[in-house]
This record gives sequence, structure tokens and C-alpha cells, in this order.
Amino acid sequence: MSDRCVAVLSGGLSHERDVSLRSGRRLSTALRSVGVTVDEWDADANLLARLREHRPDAVLIALHGAEGEGGSVQTVLEMLDVPYVGSDSHACRRAWDKPTAKTELARAGLATPDWVVLPHSTFRELGARAVLDAMVDRLGLPMMLKPEQGGSALGAQVVRDAADLPAAMVGCLAYGETVLAERFVPGVEVAVTVVDGVVDGSDGPVALPAVEIDPESGVYDYTARYTAGLTTFHTPARLDERAAAAVADLAVAAHRLLGLRDVSRTDAIVAGDGTVHFLEVNSSPGLTETSLLPMAAEADGRSLGDIYTALIERAVNRSR
Amino acid sequence: MTSGPPDGISTSTSLDPHLRRYAARAAGMTASEVRALFAVASRPEVVSLAGGMPNLTALPLDSLSTEVAGLISGEGLVALQYGSAHGLPELRDQICEVMALEEVRGHPDDVVVTVGSQMALDMVTRIFCDPGDVVLAEGPSYVGALGTFAAYQADVVHVAMDDDGLVPEALREALTACERAGRRVKFLYTIPNFHNPAGVTMSVPRRSEVLSICAAHGVLVVEDNPYGLLGFDGQTYPALRSMDPDNVVYLGSFSKTFAAGLRVGWVLAPHAVREKLMLAAESATLCPPTLNQMIVSRYLATHDWKGQVKAFQQAYRERRDAMLAGLSQYLPAGCSWTVPAGGFFVWVTVPEGVDTKAMLPRAVTARVAYVSGTGFYADGLGSRQMRLSFCYPTPERITEGVRRLAAVLSDELELAATFGPINQRAGSGPQVPAPDTA
Repeated sequence: MSDRCVAVLSGGLSHERDVSLRSGRRLSTALRSVGVTVDEWDADANLLARLREHRPDAVLIALHGAEGEGGSVQTVLEMLDVPYVGSDSHACRRAWDKPTAKTELARAGLATPDWVVLPHSTFRELGARAVLDAMVDRLGLPMMLKPEQGGSALGAQVVRDAADLPAAMVGCLAYGETVLAERFVPGVEVAVTVVDGVVDGSDGPVALPAVEIDPESGVYDYTARYTAGLTTFHTPARLDERAAAAVADLAVAAHRLLGLRDVSRTDAIVAGDGTVHFLEVNSSPGLTETSLLPMAAEADGRSLGDIYTALIERAVNRSR
Repeated sequence: MTSGPPDGISTSTSLDPHLRRYAARAAGMTASEVRALFAVASRPEVVSLAGGMPNLTALPLDSLSTEVAGLISGEGLVALQYGSAHGLPELRDQICEVMALEEVRGHPDDVVVTVGSQMALDMVTRIFCDPGDVVLAEGPSYVGALGTFAAYQADVVHVAMDDDGLVPEALREALTACERAGRRVKFLYTIPNFHNPAGVTMSVPRRSEVLSICAAHGVLVVEDNPYGLLGFDGQTYPALRSMDPDNVVYLGSFSKTFAAGLRVGWVLAPHAVREKLMLAAESATLCPPTLNQMIVSRYLATHDWKGQVKAFQQAYRERRDAMLAGLSQYLPAGCSWTVPAGGFFVWVTVPEGVDTKAMLPRAVTARVAYVSGTGFYADGLGSRQMRLSFCYPTPERITEGVRRLAAVLSDELELAATFGPINQRAGSGPQVPAPDTA
């Protein structure tokens, strides 16, 4: 049992507010179950005053979207010298920007689907048709389109027919000014949670069992993520020993290369030839009833409360 | 380093052990991006032109609290007890007086008090519709009604509207087409006054014509009239029910004229229908909340409720004017909109190439929310339309919201110019449940 007093931040103004509120509620419940005193705060104009008045032992960031994952809240907490669980503001920025994260991992020799990053202005100035054709020539079809920043698969689409590309671009650009287009890699989709100093005897990053994602529709979109019953999860992923080790290694490598700390979740694809492709990494993983981190923790015989209590202690110790 | 389960055996879960047990009608009940975006609309930084929440700031809260306290202390043993599924007799008498303002002559025995008129709509659909039956509804139509029809697996066939409401010729054609296809049309669902979402009102001559067409085709009319007393100049229109009592089921509500949170509405139906509705109500809720009925009844008896409705009319007129002025000032060329003479909503049509459903994330980023027109059609139409509500924000916030929306629309037009006409996505239909309280 812990006697810590912490604040859980959730909500915010991002497109993922609803998911964040659910993550925050679940995390708060888990922490209370192990004796932690929890205040639940929205990230709004009262936040700084609350932080100064209450001075929690640590802050836990269950915010998703730019506020929670893009480093801005972390910067504020660093300015106020408030301990918090999770990666620092610089690492968050690297992870939040998908092309930056992919570039870092590719430079380290890790596989990630070929990609291009293009802002709306390029299509406008050079002509959409010509640029879209060039994208198809480079990446082939099907192709993944994602906002260069963002989570919960909002705005993300698999495009199988070139005729659908313009509509998919419009849908994607509704979430941001720049699109990340990736070659589509068929295979087994997995998510690997990495935690620092939680698994007995280790201070460094350790991968929890990979969760295999098998959406009924074939696409792990927003609906498949947040509607119980539409996706089957296999934990640990049904991979052979070598592939299981490879996805764990990839997740730990991503955690280290991007300078992440405490907790992260890497999403990857295991292709038919056994190659593990990095897709993206989340510095503030979802904690909802249908999220992947809690499943990984459970498969590892750990409760969410136990994991985050250990991470709270790490955060408090860092500030000493 | 890797951690792992002690036995290494993979377990599989869909996170829903009841998956195989759901009825077919639950198939569409899934999480959606659009509904998630409405979570942001509740934050004060966002100007929500999305929800249909009545503006209650003009209510006399002090005297109401005294009344409620008096009810509990004086009549608590009745107020906190079960009641009849029919509803309190004195309230049913008063409901008949309210309906008389729109020329409805109903007997209190034929009124059933319900938990909001939404429940009345649910009961009417339950007793009339088998799966696959057809319900005719204006296109667009109230999203909450479409959700109810979908829940009972009825198929909605939309009937076109114009500035005078439902188009009789379109109704005739829809009925004929259904008959030719051998489909059973169970009723026409219509909101004749200050339509949600379209904002238009059915002209009086059309009312007679619509009733005649339905009678000729043997089709019942379900008249939903939550906004009828909210004409900005105090004008009212004869209810369809007043013109054909035997073939119209009338739904009424105190949600817009008094307090939505009390959830008190009613249905007035021909006697035989009323009997079935009462049994349906009994199985759904046993009885409507007694205390809430008594609060409404006391309010009608002791307060100048008609004066209060005038205050609501005034407040909504000011907000409507602010919205129309903002639309004229800020919206880009090629947009058009309806001019409501009452109610809560303006229906906006945007230039070709803009998909209002796809545009919503951009609007939320710009701190303004609306409801895409696709939510008001069962067949995926409406992507060039949006509903803007002016009932809840202050006039100043409405102006600011429209200004933000105009900037979003300009950006979206630029996208449309870049990528060309977009294939509109069909079949999206209404979200479940309705986002009318966002």
C-alpha cells in the first residue's frame, strides 16, 4: 500500500479528450485500490493554481493528444519543478511526431515501413493529382495515411484504391496540416509496453508481453479500438520465440533511442517474412477498458496500480 | 530484457463475453470518432453550436425551489411514491389546456404522461413497428427519432422538405413507391413546427394536404411538437392533431417550455392506441416520476408560465438574430441557410466539395462544434449540411462561434479546391445515441 498523494491529469482539449477521461478514471481507480490518494484534474486554466496549491507528490499524465504526448504539459511541470511520471518534454516531442520517431529508428537500422511526409500546401502548390500519383508510385497500394501527429487512429485510414486517396487525404488533414503516408505492411499487429524499473531486479526498460491485435474488420480503427467485442486480443502474441524476442527488442530499442522513460507502448507489425516493422510509439499509452497496456500488465501478473505505484516512486526519487 | 507470463500460454479475449448474446438491433451500437469529438464540445473554451439544450437562465429558480420544498414537506408521501402509468390526473387536465393553445381538443383520458416525449416516440414505434416496416420521415429528421426507429429495426424513407416544410408531392411519391414495392408503411413521423434540424415550419395549407394524403393511403401520422409554443413572434399554428384527431398521434413536451431535466412529456392518442401505449409505458417504466409530474403541475398552476414562455421566445429570438447576422457577415460565398421563425435550429448548406462530417475535427480544433447533416439522415445523405443550434450560448458567443466556423469552412474549401470533389460516403446514418445534449 502507498501513502502518496498524486494528481491524475486527464481530459484536455484534444480530439482524444473522451479517451483521456476514461484513461484517467481507470488509472485513478487502480491507484486508489493500492492506497494512493488521488486528485483527478482536467488540464484547464485552473491547473497551475491547483499544482501550486496542492503540491502533489507526483503528477500522472493520462492526457492523450498534443497536450499530454507532445511535451507541453511536461514542460509546464518541469518549469514548476513538480515530479511527474513519464518521459520528459524533449523525449515526448520526439515520440509524438511520428516521422521524427521513424527517422530515429531507421537511422539505428531498425525496420519501419517506407514513408513520405507532406503538408497540405505541397498538394495545393504542386497539384494534388501529380503528388498523389507520385505517392502511389513510391509507396504502392494499399497505403496507410495518418496525421503526422495524433493518436487513437483518428484520421488514419488504409487506402486500397487510388480513387479513394483524395477523400482519405481530406479526412486525414482534418486532424492536422501534414500527412504521413506509409507503405502498408500486412502482418501481425502487436503492441508492446515497456516499463522502467518495475519488473523485479531491473532498473532499465523491460518489455511486457506483447499484445496481438486482431480486429474483426481487418482495420484497427477508432471503432475497433474502443468498442469491446470488435477486436480479439491475444496475450502474449501468438509469435514464435524468435519473433517474440524481436518485437520486445524493438520496443526496448524505441524506448531507449527516443530517450523515453518510465513507460511507453510501441506499435509494430510482424511481416510474413518475420521482419518486425516499427509503426509508432506512445509516451502516454491509453489505459481505458479496451487499451493494450492494462492487458499486457495483466498477462505479466501485475496490476495497473502496482505498476504505476512503482513509477510514482521513481518520479519522486528523480526530484530529490 | 523481456518479461512474460509464468506459463507462456496465450490467452484470447474480445473484452466482451456477451458478444454472442446481443440482439441484431445492437449491431450499430459502437464507439465512433464523431461522438468522441463531442466530448470536447462540453469544455467552455469551445463554442458549441451542436447541442439542443434549452436555455434555462430565465427560469425563476428561487420560487421553484420553494415550491419543490413545499411539495416534499407537504405531499412527500405521494410525491415520492409510485403513481399510475397513465400519469397524474391533474397534470393530464393541464396538458389538455396547454395543447388547446394550438387548437388541440383532447380528453385527459387520452393523454399518457411519459418520461420526455422521447419515451413517447419509443412507445409509439414499439407498438406499431415490426422489423422491416417503413417509417416515413422528413429528410432531414430528428436524430433521436432516427435512433429509435433504428432500434426497432424499422426502415426510414425520407421525404423531401422545402421552406414550407414537408413537400406533399414528395410524400405522395414516397407512399406510392413503397406500395409498389410491397412495403408496409406504418406511419409518417413529422415535426411540423420549427423543425429539428431544418428550422422550417409546415405551412397551414400543406398541413391539410399532408393529412389528406396520409388518410388516403391509410397511413398514421405521428406529430412531434416540442417547439410549437416557441414562435419568436408568439405565433402558433394549428396542430395536425387538431385537424384530424382520429389519425394523428400527438407528442408533446415540457422540455422546451419549462425544464428538460424533469423529463416530462406526453402522448395524446386515439383511445384504442392510448390503451396499448399505457401498457407499453407500464412495462418500460411502471410510471413516470411522480415528483417531477407534481413539480410541473404546480408550476403550471402557480406560475405565470405563459409569461415565462414569452421570455424564452424573446431569449431565443435574440440568439437566432445573432446567428443569422453572423452567418451573413462571416460565412463564405456559396453557403445558404434556413431562417427559423421559432425553435432552436438553423440548417446550413455548404458549397459542393465540403463534407461537414469530415470537417468536424478541424472545427473542434478551432474550438467550435456543430452537428454534421449526416446524423439527420438514415441513408447517409446530409454531408453538405450542418445543424447549428442557437438555443444555449449567449448572442456574443454565437457570433464568435460562427466567426470561427467561417474560418474553418474557408480552410475546408481550400482543401476541396486542392483535392477536387470528394466521393460522399454513404450509409453512415445517425449516431447512437443522439448528440443533442453535447
